[in-house]
Amino acid sequence: MNFDKISRRGVLKGTAALTIGSALPLSSALAKDTTVGFIYVGSRDDYGYNQAHAAGAAALKKMSGIKVVEEEKVPETDAVEKTMESMINLDGATLLFPTSFGYYNPHMLKMAVKYPKLRFEHCGGLWTEKDPKNAGSYFGYIDEAQHVSGVVAGHMTKSGKLGFVAAKPIPQVLRNINAFTMGAKLANPKVTLQVIFTGDWSMPVKEAEATNSLIDQGVDVVTCHVDGPKTVVENAARRGAMVGGYHVNQAVLAPQAYLTGAEWNWEVLYPRFVKMFTSGETIPNFYRGGLKEELVKVSPYGPMVSEAARKQADEVKAGLTAGTYVIFKGPVTDNKGKTVIASGVARGQTDPELEKMDYLVDGVIGATS
Amino acid sequence: MKADVGAPVTKAGVGELLRLPPFGRKFGGAAEYVVIPALALAASLILFGIFVALFGKNPIDLYFYMYQGAFGTWFSWQNTLTRAAPLILTALCTALPAQLGMVIIGGEGALLIGALCSTSAALAIPDAPPLVVDFAMAAAGMAGGGLWIMLSGALRHYRGVNETISSLLLVYIALAILNYLVEGPMRDPTSLNKPSTREIGVANMIGSIPGTDVHWGFVFGIIAALISYILIYHTVFGFAARVAGGNIRAAKVVGLSVGKLILIICFLAGAAAGLAGMMEVAAVQGRTNANLAAGYGFAGILVAFLARQNPLAVIPVAILLGGIGASGGLLQRRLGLPDASVLVLEGVIFVMVLASDTLYGRLSFFRAKGS
Repeated sequence: MNFDKISRRGVLKGTAALTIGSALPLSSALAKDTTVGFIYVGSRDDYGYNQAHAAGAAALKKMSGIKVVEEEKVPETDAVEKTMESMINLDGATLLFPTSFGYYNPHMLKMAVKYPKLRFEHCGGLWTEKDPKNAGSYFGYIDEAQHVSGVVAGHMTKSGKLGFVAAKPIPQVLRNINAFTMGAKLANPKVTLQVIFTGDWSMPVKEAEATNSLIDQGVDVVTCHVDGPKTVVENAARRGAMVGGYHVNQAVLAPQAYLTGAEWNWEVLYPRFVKMFTSGETIPNFYRGGLKEELVKVSPYGPMVSEAARKQADEVKAGLTAGTYVIFKGPVTDNKGKTVIASGVARGQTDPELEKMDYLVDGVIGATS
Repeated sequence: MKADVGAPVTKAGVGELLRLPPFGRKFGGAAEYVVIPALALAASLILFGIFVALFGKNPIDLYFYMYQGAFGTWFSWQNTLTRAAPLILTALCTALPAQLGMVIIGGEGALLIGALCSTSAALAIPDAPPLVVDFAMAAAGMAGGGLWIMLSGALRHYRGVNETISSLLLVYIALAILNYLVEGPMRDPTSLNKPSTREIGVANMIGSIPGTDVHWGFVFGIIAALISYILIYHTVFGFAARVAGGNIRAAKVVGLSVGKLILIICFLAGAAAGLAGMMEVAAVQGRTNANLAAGYGFAGILVAFLARQNPLAVIPVAILLGGIGASGGLLQRRLGLPDASVLVLEGVIFVMVLASDTLYGRLSFFRAKGS
């Protein structure tokens, strides 16, 4: 064969034929690799929510026989449906991870109905029996890691005032705020936590303003629950406050101010899911877990964290990892004085009541609406 | 090319080299509006190719993937048209007031208000037959969006407030209203971590155009664009609007009621964006929540300007931008380009098309000989 005759056009034509061909079931049966698609709502390097998922995807790239395709900044509209279909039709993806909350209903569910032979896994959704069987939802009890981070914050604060920059007063966020506060109060019962809601998941300007205003009020440890904690972490550190991280380890952004943080551990979960998928095992439709199941982790303590703080935080972490420690154990009162969990009631992590949380516990300054 | 002895001396240049006299004489004026934007587009693609080459990627791959992702397969076509659907309607929100010389950039706000109004209409009559519900949704969405932009028009006409600024600021007010209602009075109590209104119900969803995944919003967009075109270029009302757009004093002197023109045109513009919001609810989301603020209103401004504010040209331009959006994913996945690269391309196209304005009437190729 005369290779000189192979023109660029010929190669392109061939690639086109192959790619179009890969949409057909015949050729996908020949493909050896399993293609896994990841879709992010923001950018992959946001030092936050999306970066945590991208780190999980990166862990898959090290596995043999696995091909990862990724797309970032996909809005929560029919654009995400088209992205999923594009990954299916043009890349041959058979397992998809649309990772943002708003992708679940109706977008991912619609695609799961349309492609019943493929698998769809969503982060944060609540899969129920009436949803398609080839769809699933997973999430981590990251409030456990926030609780440990709260213990450290309670030890380290000098002013007794903590600050929390939060996106929206929804159950997942309130649970983090409450778990963090309750952790801090284990270390120092007099501690208060001021919360500021910015109103949306990614509002860097408001997040910076909120951080500054918290520090102006005497807060000396700031943590947050927004999509990209970079703004909060950097601003707090610049103003001389200590910080607790969220989503991923932000110690690189503020090595001298970073106490610890609550991190996702998707690097462990995604390979676990993909192994189940390639070996033909069914991934559970509803998958949840905390420190014990290694879905979340606590950042390594920063150099300034005291011995006493490390000791108590390690104890709490050990209890949570063993599954013997319950965070939401009565009596718990909200910040208006109402008892929300009665004395003697222990709400374990899987308790559905916790998914409906609509209060801030005693010690939190702020309101849910 | 051999010059005839005694032929009139014409200016040498690109136009001369490309000269096709009979065609130029006959269709030059109209062809200009096709050839110049096409040249601007080609130039932008070349520039973007250079940009991509600087990052060590092969531009040929780039063009191939762009073509494949946008128009290369039947699936890609549907992807493109789905993305184009809301853009046609939101572009009209900018293109219509432009006939009056007004720059309205608040289509996003009208879209959000339209979505809220249409959802409210659907939730108010839960037991009505689907056709009635959809009709009520469209009427409510268009009325809501229309009044929203009319507010900008009224502020401009009665109080002298700049309509560009007021329509932009109204976007943030619309977003605040939407967030307040969705997280407060209109919230479905079961929407725990994603505050949303109640769903309008599967029966009331308008499906896709048969045989495709493209929702009906695309067809309504084309109809709206056609109606707008006829209204602006083939009716007395449209003529009056263009006169007022050309010279507002002259229009007043000849007795046109400029205020009425402003209010009606702004209403129609907002109604188009409101209809886009209704379509997003009735064809895609099934309810209202923060997902609706996806920037379709802002993308529509780009479409309108690229279409030179011509309601008919809005259709192909929206499809083009839909195609760029559709291929953006493939560029990320195959070439490892960041999402922002699509924004770079859109920006380059925008600048090139605006810059190419200067070429109109200057290329001798389009001019009849001797003129």
